[in-house]
Amino acid sequence: MTFHIWLQRLRVMTRKELLHLGRDTALLLFIIYGFTIDVYMAGAGFPFELRNAPFVLLDNDRSEFSRELAGNFQPPLFQLVADVTVPEMSQNLLDRGKALAELEIPPDFYESLRTGRQTEVRMNISATDNVPALLFTSYAEQIISNYGFETVGMHHNGLSESGITTLPVVDDQLRIWFNANLEDSWFMALVELFTIISILSIMLPAAAFVREKEKGTIEQLRVSPLSPVLIIVPKILAMTMVIIGGTFVSIFFVIQPLFDMPLSGNMPLFFLVTAFYVFSTAGIGIAAASIVRTQGQVAMLVILLIMPMLLLSGSWTPPEAMPDIVRICIIALPLYHYFEAGLGIIFRDAGLGQIWPSILGLSIIGALAFQFGLWRVQR
Amino acid sequence: MNHQRILAVAKREWREIYRDRLFLSLAFVFPITMMLAFAYGLSLDVEDIPIAVLDQDRSELSREYIHRFTDSRYFNFLGYLNHPDEIDELLTTQRIRAAIVIPDHFQSNLQEGRPAPVQHLLDGTFTTRARTTKGYMIAITRAFEKDVVINFLSQRLGVSPQQVTEQLAPIKVQVRYLYNQAVESSQSLPPRLIVLVLLVASPFLTVVGIVREKENGSIYNMYASDTSREEYLIGKLMPYASIAAINALLLWAIAVWVFQAPFKGSAVLFISATLLYVLCTTVIGLVISVFVRTQVAGVLITAILTIVGGMLYSGVLTPVSMLSEDNQLVCHLLPAMYYTEIVDGVFLRNVGLAVLWPNLVVLAAYTVLLLIVGYAKFTKRPKT
Repeated sequence: MTFHIWLQRLRVMTRKELLHLGRDTALLLFIIYGFTIDVYMAGAGFPFELRNAPFVLLDNDRSEFSRELAGNFQPPLFQLVADVTVPEMSQNLLDRGKALAELEIPPDFYESLRTGRQTEVRMNISATDNVPALLFTSYAEQIISNYGFETVGMHHNGLSESGITTLPVVDDQLRIWFNANLEDSWFMALVELFTIISILSIMLPAAAFVREKEKGTIEQLRVSPLSPVLIIVPKILAMTMVIIGGTFVSIFFVIQPLFDMPLSGNMPLFFLVTAFYVFSTAGIGIAAASIVRTQGQVAMLVILLIMPMLLLSGSWTPPEAMPDIVRICIIALPLYHYFEAGLGIIFRDAGLGQIWPSILGLSIIGALAFQFGLWRVQR
Repeated sequence: MNHQRILAVAKREWREIYRDRLFLSLAFVFPITMMLAFAYGLSLDVEDIPIAVLDQDRSELSREYIHRFTDSRYFNFLGYLNHPDEIDELLTTQRIRAAIVIPDHFQSNLQEGRPAPVQHLLDGTFTTRARTTKGYMIAITRAFEKDVVINFLSQRLGVSPQQVTEQLAPIKVQVRYLYNQAVESSQSLPPRLIVLVLLVASPFLTVVGIVREKENGSIYNMYASDTSREEYLIGKLMPYASIAAINALLLWAIAVWVFQAPFKGSAVLFISATLLYVLCTTVIGLVISVFVRTQVAGVLITAILTIVGGMLYSGVLTPVSMLSEDNQLVCHLLPAMYYTEIVDGVFLRNVGLAVLWPNLVVLAAYTVLLLIVGYAKFTKRPKT
């Protein structure tokens, strides 16, 4: 009987929260945008490859060989933006960010190669962004050494006539696990989805809670026969429902069909973990909301909590690349655990057996946050 | 426009901020904490990749090959494995990101001039990192292979290794990195974080300041007063833009003194660009606030727009040149990228107004455009 009443109260209060949300058109539109267009754009737009990397050619030789070598730098990886004659011009293009690199061919390039002397090609690479700089280096070095070996080294010096048929090369076979073709769209779309889930799940309940405090409607709830649990939980429940629904749409109607992502993992488990994550993150939001008075304060406090969570949970820098102290601190971030478990299920086909530490972590964080929130509401 | 009325609005706003001590302190604590946490905790370098090796050959050459990896700053060698199944487990639990399997006869194959297979296994979850790791592994292998081939040929042909080298690799490559010699993100990241942190922190202040009045109804005081729209908006923005400007200064100081970021360019250029950017980000908040009715919506929309915009489309964490054309367009439509280029310019590249003036123009035009939108949509006669 009492349980029946409790359930009914829970239902009514959850419905109230959903109505609140549904009547805020701007908010609703943005939630839909976040789960669809935003996730799609992140997935579609971030294939992290060198693309048409602009380079300047400073060809001091202007011979058959130098033209051949430069001709090997082709789109889609490279794009020649200028063929200059003085270093000042290429320096200028590099300074202005119009070129990523300069390829400088020495004046005796042809002569050296023809007579079998070693020659040196110079590259000046703009390293303000280190990933494209390093990629440029590695692709360019490959092109140059292949050119030297195949075109010049073998043919012009007669190594092929020495009678040696095989060389002791290291035949490195690469096998990439979990995302065999390195599809950036899968990873980026999921990271973006996790970002949206995190922002919504910490912010919506926190803001809804403080709004009641600020407007004074919380006093109405306090004098009603609702227990603190029934004040807090429906807010979280309503948002969890919305977020799970959004995640469902995002995964099955955006990420999977548009990026051909195979969903071989245990998807019910994934949604269960997601619900778990939303619940504990919402708990943190409520805990933050319980110590402030105004929505302005809670906005600042929540953003202070969410930014480190988004950037330090492993999506931009994996834990092993962080300083030890940061590595220990991030165990307190729920997104870190969700990241491990969520990506584990989707990419690595992990089951409960592998992801239980993450679930344990989420539970502890959620339980602590809830306890704190309840304790504050009771006061 | 009446200066006194503007000042009155600004003073009233400032008093409200000042009396809310928690809000006031968070307005400064937030950017500083972010800067310290990210500059310290984020690293875009791919280094110390945990790697394990299954060496089934256990020969001199296989050890030499492995040494090339253990000696590199890019890999963190975690040890030898005994059984292939261990690789599976270590990769799945993410204790290692890469593994090498060297089968039997590695040494004998190489010494007798035959190709020797090895297997490289890689965790592909973090696609960018996996791609860079792949590059490192190939580069190390090629370098090792080159030495083996040179030794082999010089023995077989009876010429000096020097001669073989000249024949096989007739072109040497000399690489020089400009602006960031060590190619480490610790040089470029702290100044760029100024872009990200200001983008997220500043609009919130305005959104909360304006939408709060809309939601509480105290804005009706202004609707009914002599204060014109522009006087109200300018007065309202002044305290928030000032807070953001102070924050910008603090962030610059942290980047330069705590994280030793090199500041090579013109201080005047940097200050004027930063003031423009601060104004621009504050006005973003204004535009959001005229479109929403509740603080919940305002705060959430600001969070999604600024966080996503800052992380993906500002060029701070993701180099603009590597994005798809559509997303490059998005970057060009948003203001942050232009300021990132200015920050790169004054901190790393040491270029001046001659190169960066278009960015200043864009930032200014952007700010004016947003102000016009905000002004046009802000009305004293709201529909119910």
